[in-house]
Amino acid sequence: MAEIRVQNLQKKFGDFIAVKDSSFTIPDGSFFCLLGPSGCGKTTTLRMIAGLELPTSGSIFLGGKDVAYKRASERDIAFVFQLFALYPHMNVRKNIGFPLLCQGVARSEIKSRVLETAKLLRIDHLLDKPVSGLAGGDRQRVALGRAIVRRPLAFLMDEPLGTLDTEFRDLMCAELRRLHERIRATTVYVTHDQLEAMSMADYIAIMNRGLIEQLGSPQAIYDRPATMFVAEFVGSPAMNLIHVPASLAKGSTSVEISGTRIKIPETREAALNGHFVLGARPEHIHFDDSSKFRGEVFGAEYLGTTQIVTVKIAQGRVKARLPANLKVTTGEQIGLTFMGERLSLFDKATGRAIKTVLHEGSTNG
Amino acid sequence: MAEVSLKGVSKNFKAVAAVGDLSLGIANGEFIVLLGPTGAGKTTTLRLVAGLEKADAGTITIAGQNVDAMAPAARDVAFIFQQFSLYPHLSVFDNLAFPLRSPARRKPENEIKQRVHQVAELLRISQKLGNRSTQLSGGEMQRVAIGRALVRQPSIYLMDEPLSSLDAKLRADLRLELKRIQEELGATILYVTHDQIEAMTLANRVGVISEGRLIQLGSPREVYQDPQSIYVAQRLGQPQINLLPAGLLPNGGLPPGTQTVGARTEHLKITKKKNGAGTVEWIEHLGDQNRLHLMLGERRITTLVDPDSSLQPGDRLEVSLVKPLCFDAAGEKVRS
Repeated sequence: MAEIRVQNLQKKFGDFIAVKDSSFTIPDGSFFCLLGPSGCGKTTTLRMIAGLELPTSGSIFLGGKDVAYKRASERDIAFVFQLFALYPHMNVRKNIGFPLLCQGVARSEIKSRVLETAKLLRIDHLLDKPVSGLAGGDRQRVALGRAIVRRPLAFLMDEPLGTLDTEFRDLMCAELRRLHERIRATTVYVTHDQLEAMSMADYIAIMNRGLIEQLGSPQAIYDRPATMFVAEFVGSPAMNLIHVPASLAKGSTSVEISGTRIKIPETREAALNGHFVLGARPEHIHFDDSSKFRGEVFGAEYLGTTQIVTVKIAQGRVKARLPANLKVTTGEQIGLTFMGERLSLFDKATGRAIKTVLHEGSTNG
Repeated sequence: MAEVSLKGVSKNFKAVAAVGDLSLGIANGEFIVLLGPTGAGKTTTLRLVAGLEKADAGTITIAGQNVDAMAPAARDVAFIFQQFSLYPHLSVFDNLAFPLRSPARRKPENEIKQRVHQVAELLRISQKLGNRSTQLSGGEMQRVAIGRALVRQPSIYLMDEPLSSLDAKLRADLRLELKRIQEELGATILYVTHDQIEAMTLANRVGVISEGRLIQLGSPREVYQDPQSIYVAQRLGQPQINLLPAGLLPNGGLPPGTQTVGARTEHLKITKKKNGAGTVEWIEHLGDQNRLHLMLGERRITTLVDPDSSLQPGDRLEVSLVKPLCFDAAGEKVRS
């Protein structure tokens, strides 16, 4: 296993810059997600690490060695694709053992490594079954087995769960994470699904238009998004962004919106461009009849344990996550309060977060 | 808009029964969502209503009229597919107008113009009407695709996972829009998905479907709170319902015949206690949800916790049940 270090990596396709000057380090043994919308450059980045695409400039260090211009076959990594293709005429054992056969590994060793891999994936009872009769999950496990059996320096995965049903995807996420705990292999995982990233990754890099907007632990990204893009991309429903046409002084502890004072984490820098944005997660908004900050219920979405209530306010719409047993009626006038110590602030002009006391001494960032 | 009914509809593909003896009445103006995994027969059901497949048995009526012998074009339905395809050489306006200009339904141009503008307004794409369809974002393209169905006023809209190719934020936005539009138009919609959140939030009634059979039909609240079987209970709720053998946890008395207890977050009472039977395994921060995974001997229980919970791995917990769901040996709900 090895650390992966990417330095000033750039990729152009003609005039189009797919990846702009990216630098990041993936610690040995960690699970690293590249997360972003389609076209953000995440797959191109992964393909460059794999050696399937040559960078325009920059370096890629795999276990300390610069491999940026080496062939894929010389890099000792395993790639797991979105559409896992198995050899239909071979049984599970032969499918898993095939990469070793190609490498010329001795038969006895192939046998023991295939068995070991199958046990790790809990498919050892299927070894002699044909792959054509397997359920979707087991096929996916065989495809993973084919990657694991080689014991490569790193695993690269391009939306391996993208084609699965949501329910089954949840199960596979938990399984992949547990598998990672057991083998602790450096893994780079590309997805556009923030839930997959949140549930599996040690670190997430959020990409947008070829740039990494933020790199950090899932919790840090959720609690302290570095940009408005990240704030809106991570979280379901997304963070509410309330636009306020005003500047914000350093040391502010509250802001005024529609004539109501709202507490915020104390700001550590000023935002003087005349327009800032208040960011509130749906679970940080509560209903309180005594609040002077008013809104009208636009609709409620029942989710079982909780519900998402959309409220029209003067600045647009906000969504709040509330217990499902709270009765709300469309059209009803309600008061809103915010959990002041958890709010985010952004400068509209730059799109970047305004530093607050939340960014200091972060323990889990 | 009109009411649509399926009575004892079956469809086999060789030896595979894709849809088996399905009966379903969709009221005028109702939004019904069929929820089920890949291969459950959802899409086949839509195609049968549309006339793209011919049923082996059963009858389908639209507005009281038997349509079994009618061609798709004569059935007055609009189909919205998962993969939206627009005419790339046409503007948004012309894409939207296209169905109204088809020979079978030709309308006068001024009426078309009025209708297209009305729908564009509804979908909030009025400012894009002059654009080429290739100059749109994914969300806008899907709105145009939905709009192309909405310009017609068919008896029923049939929607096959129309939001599943969009990213999370767009999906959430369009979900709310679609619900609002449906209510404003009083549209009758049969919608299929494997996404339980779409089913819960969009539907007047959800039909849980498995292997071509309709297992349970009811309002999202009914199906969530009162599932008929373990199968249905597992389809709704995130994290998935915990299934435990009866008697494993203190419960204040279960009805006779209970073999399995189903416990969601709201059915579990968890308190920190030295020597408690449960142990915190880990707390999973998914952002909008924080899941507590606790071990009770060999069994894992997953439930939601407060985001600011102070629980740590290894903490001991006392766990008890509050009015859980009870299932018998066959996995059916025990009625008390």
